[in-house]
Amino acid sequence: MSIMEYNGGCVLAMMGKDCVGIATDLRFGVQGMTVAYNYEKVFDVGPQLYIGLPGLATDTETVLQRLKLRVNLYELKEGRKLQPAVLTSMVANMLYERRFGPYFVEPVIAGWDSKKNKPYLSTMDLIGCITETDEFALAGTCSEQMYGMSEALWQPDLNADELFESISQAMMNAFDRDAVSGMGAIVHIIEKDKVTTRKIKTRMD
Amino acid sequence: MASVLCPDFAPPGFSFENHQRNAFLVKKGFPAPKATKTGTTIVGAVFRDGVVLGADTRATEDTIVATKNCQKIHYMAPNMYCCGAGTAADTEFTTASISSQLELHRLNTGRVVPVVTANMMLRQMLFRYQGHIGAALILGGVDNSGPHLYQIYPHGSSDDLPYCTMGSGSLGAMAVFESRWKPNMSEEEAKLLVRDAVAAGVFNDLASGNNIDLCVLRKGTVDLLRPYEVANVKGQRINTYKYKKGTTVVLKQKVVPIVVEDEVVRKVPGPDGEESMDTS
Repeated sequence: MSIMEYNGGCVLAMMGKDCVGIATDLRFGVQGMTVAYNYEKVFDVGPQLYIGLPGLATDTETVLQRLKLRVNLYELKEGRKLQPAVLTSMVANMLYERRFGPYFVEPVIAGWDSKKNKPYLSTMDLIGCITETDEFALAGTCSEQMYGMSEALWQPDLNADELFESISQAMMNAFDRDAVSGMGAIVHIIEKDKVTTRKIKTRMD
Repeated sequence: MASVLCPDFAPPGFSFENHQRNAFLVKKGFPAPKATKTGTTIVGAVFRDGVVLGADTRATEDTIVATKNCQKIHYMAPNMYCCGAGTAADTEFTTASISSQLELHRLNTGRVVPVVTANMMLRQMLFRYQGHIGAALILGGVDNSGPHLYQIYPHGSSDDLPYCTMGSGSLGAMAVFESRWKPNMSEEEAKLLVRDAVAAGVFNDLASGNNIDLCVLRKGTVDLLRPYEVANVKGQRINTYKYKKGTTVVLKQKVVPIVVEDEVVRKVPGPDGEESMDTS
């Protein structure tokens, strides 16, 4: 068993037309044993900026705390809000700094780029190799299943409602084939003028 | 600025703070996860008045295609580009770091940076890390002494060559070069040869694939052709798998509106703007 599967969990994000969505499952486990089903792996870094940190739960929390320090310092120093691309390189640099002793998290970043006025989506591996995309990004224990589902369900220019259905169904059907993730899910849909957060009904086994 | 409550960032260089823990986990039977590899075909060839670099665009995590269209031809300097194979993050960050040093060097000297300078910086850095930074590079560029092409191995050795290939698809690509490369080719000939070399990797090596990118460097001009060719065109999908609205059962919903109450746009004049910088 890889250490990335120790606690379980997954994050899936997809780009739509003038919107981007990011979803997380809610399971927190220790190998086969489920400990909690209210453990979100997607966190807000700004009003329209979210980061998903699936992987080893201890590192999810450590990376988030260290990131918050850097984000706060950036915003105090620069006197402006963080753009998604800035957050991406900030996280990537933080992870690559630990190239030879990495944190076991694979971040996914989704947000609204208020400068270019369009949605932004990126992902990186555990040592910070960035991939920016305008399709879908994912990470976690059921990544193979999510790749398959997303490749079928994602298409360009989905509107916010269609995007919600596509992300939810892709994620749900993927983690139903994975023993160590699932137990409910939360989906954030980020648009120019609002963020909609929905808790969806899933299998609880 | 630094204080106990608000500490400065860690000193430059790699941090090994998690190393002991990770080594312990390995001992307990949790092997370290694999990072994204490029699984690559990268090539370069010198022609009459410049260099052509070529690369595929696939990145892999073990047997999964992690990225279908990643950029493996990295910017180094206005007259230089560098192809990277190996651990994706290493190629990305190594080239970015040397690129920034090259720009400082250019500003300090006020001259076109020689390609050999970049070669030296890259190999000295890679040698310092004894091959642990898994970056196999092909550096190409044109400076005042003409076109140059360097092949750099992760351990820090380098070669100055008229044509070279690296990555997992390098064998197929080298076969093409060995049979067809000749001195003083025209630009069109060189582009076609490099395209065919990368295509040999794309179609014969499973870890290479998707598109073919090219970069043509001449004296004073650079063309980054991305994509130069889409090697495998995806078929048109004739139906969609859209779920009907309301398929997913929502248990709880919260909408947070983003209200812009006030917006101030302050124009900052650029270097050619009417307001000049106060240098007194």
